Amino acid sequence: MLEISKLVKRYGRDEPVLKELDLMVEGSSVVSIVGASGAGKSTMLRCINRLVEPTSGSIRLNGMELVTLKGGALRRARRKIGMVFQGFNLIDRLTVMENVLAGRLGYVNLYQAISRRYPQADIERAFTLMERVGIAHYANKRADELSGGERQRVGVVRALMQEPEVLLADEPTASLDPRTSEQIMVLLQSLASELSLPVLINIHNVAQAKTYTERIVGLRHGKMIFDGAPADFTKDALDAIYGGIEAPEEELTAEPDKAESGVIHDQT
Amino acid sequence: MVDQAGALADRVWQRYDRKERLIRYAVMLVTLMVVYWTVRDIDIFWPWVWDAPNQISSLGARMWPPDPRGLAQIVSALIETVHIATLATMLTIFIALPVSYIAAQNTTPNRACLWLGRFILVSSRSVNTIIWALLFVAIFGPGVLAGILAIMFRSIGFIGKLMGEAIEEIDRRPVEAMEATGASKAKVIAYAIVPQVMPAFFAIVILRWDINIRESTVLGLVGAGGIGVILQGAIDTFAWPTVATILIAIVVLVLIGEAVTSLLRGKVL
Amino acid sequence: MTRPDASGTTPGPRTWHKPSFIANPVLRYGLWLLLVVYLVWAFGSLPFNWDRIAEGLPRAARIFGGGFPPSFERGGLLLTGFKESFQIAILATLLGVMLSIPFAVMAARNIAPLPIYLFGRAVIIISRSFHPVIVAILFVAAVGFGPLAGILTLTLYSIGFVGKLLAEEIEEIDWGQVEAMRAAGAGYMATLFYAVFPQILPRQVGLSMYQLDSNLRASAVVGIVGAGGIGGTLMNAFGRYDYDFAFAILLIIIAVILVSEGISGWVRKKIW
Repeated sequence: MLEISKLVKRYGRDEPVLKELDLMVEGSSVVSIVGASGAGKSTMLRCINRLVEPTSGSIRLNGMELVTLKGGALRRARRKIGMVFQGFNLIDRLTVMENVLAGRLGYVNLYQAISRRYPQADIERAFTLMERVGIAHYANKRADELSGGERQRVGVVRALMQEPEVLLADEPTASLDPRTSEQIMVLLQSLASELSLPVLINIHNVAQAKTYTERIVGLRHGKMIFDGAPADFTKDALDAIYGGIEAPEEELTAEPDKAESGVIHDQT
Repeated sequence: MVDQAGALADRVWQRYDRKERLIRYAVMLVTLMVVYWTVRDIDIFWPWVWDAPNQISSLGARMWPPDPRGLAQIVSALIETVHIATLATMLTIFIALPVSYIAAQNTTPNRACLWLGRFILVSSRSVNTIIWALLFVAIFGPGVLAGILAIMFRSIGFIGKLMGEAIEEIDRRPVEAMEATGASKAKVIAYAIVPQVMPAFFAIVILRWDINIRESTVLGLVGAGGIGVILQGAIDTFAWPTVATILIAIVVLVLIGEAVTSLLRGKVL
Repeated sequence: MTRPDASGTTPGPRTWHKPSFIANPVLRYGLWLLLVVYLVWAFGSLPFNWDRIAEGLPRAARIFGGGFPPSFERGGLLLTGFKESFQIAILATLLGVMLSIPFAVMAARNIAPLPIYLFGRAVIIISRSFHPVIVAILFVAAVGFGPLAGILTLTLYSIGFVGKLLAEEIEEIDWGQVEAMRAAGAGYMATLFYAVFPQILPRQVGLSMYQLDSNLRASAVVGIVGAGGIGGTLMNAFGRYDYDFAFAILLIIIAVILVSEGISGWVRKKIW
């Protein structure tokens, strides 16, 4: 269970990016966080694993306070928080397998990391997960030889290698073409239920948010202004979140009827 | 229309506008004055200048034909020169990499380390190899050790500066991803930084090796080993045909060095 | 993506090893062996005088002890040396940059006939092969000690460096402008001046600034073999064990180089 309460993030003396944000995520639900650029979505996710330092407030993962952790304790906590990035953030010059195994860096010692001598269990897990998402045959290919969708699958597998207790996804589909991004959303959705893992997805595409997630959280100017089921996410809520802010047209108008086609993609 | 015709009649074509022209004239004037002062002031005995072409061609004549007798000795001195350059380049890597790490803004542990790193790089680069050689010959006596150290001390600045820039230019995102997995600093370096700077590293080391071959040909002139020792000896004994052979040998060495360098670049990168 | 259930099939234990950078094991271990053999050979064949090297630390202590604090007492000598270095650098840059233009034209394949091209290239290659100190020692032998040898050395050095880059620049010019001049009936020289030089001029100005900076550095060095300038003063100070004066010279050299690097960088940024 992830509990965020009164989270504030302020850069320098500027207007705070996050203003006393409260959010609770339980069980294996997939939560999408929507909002215009600059609404604080990305900052919020990065506060959870402390890639960004929160100014004040509290974040608890399964009862453990994350905001005050330091050094080794912080690194051990980060192992339990998987993250998927918009730009995939793979190490281009290493192989797919090395990228995937990098998810275990918090667990292995430095010698194992540098010599690439990972425990057998890790390698088994890597192959199993790569087969699950359909990239096992690329194990020894360099990461930059893969297509965008394949690279994001590597990113997802790397995050799952951490055996996370929560998965954060920061605009995981924004760098992908529409078809591939549907596939990645389906993948995240089904992995969440298979591994009974809570997943937080920052997403720009409201149509996808409504289709693939069970709960939508709307941010505007660092404040939560919507929290509810996709069915309740009406035109009014959309206007409240994006109103007066220029948002990519096709994302707002796209029809949320992709559930069917998503399944079809998954099977191709 | 009529106004315009009048304006047209007055038009003069000019390459530069007024301010530009003033700056150009000022720069030219200053240059001329500096050159005039230099020519008047410099400590040169002008008749020698007019005689210089004769002197140079007579020296050239004395060198011809090259004397191939000392060739075996020259070749072994050339090999020593290559050894100095190669060993020094290899050893430099072990010092230059940590220095570049602390001198790069995005990896340095703290500001004190940053400035220490920059200080090392600047002092290494500002002192020429041969001046470093002078210092090390004074300390360790004439010989190859002084030469190796001189080449190393100059190369640290070169390799360290370029590697530091390579580290500063890496893609931040993999670093972020590695930090998010809970990896320690050392592991982040090994996974996110090292692979990214690898190509730059090879290119820089190969480039410096090529330069070091050239630089180590002169070390001997201050007693720091290599082909320069023989060259100095030949010049001191006025053995001009031998000097000519040594010069040809140096050109051949440098050309071979360039060929090897471009071969390595093609293979590795 | 054919198997939606991860635990559906359980294959036996699988292993994975990082694929090696060099796939062929013979070649891989061969290269390591080669490296070890080379190191043994190189260290074994180099003549190290260990007795003399062992004295190094006390000597270093004496040198640095004698060198601190650096002595600026003989400021006059220092000033004369630097003045001469500047003069050498300025004249050599001027001559070198001017002479590099004809050599660059000669060494550009697209505008020079083959025999002249080969000659131009040879001059540039040879002047680039020799370290300026070697050239300096030859000029000292030919025209005697003093700044003249330094100027000649650095002029040749500048021709080699500027000439090479300029020749490459000429080879990459926009050929259309040359054709336009020829179509207008211009002769060889007129074509050069109107179609070729304007295209390379911006580069030439930047290169000159760079070369002035680089000649200033080199002029501090050619003096060590007697070609005038501060290098000679430094060499003398070292020879006479005047380490405090030598360190003063070194400090000033570093300061001058940093300042000149800064100025030259600033000017090049302004021009480009």
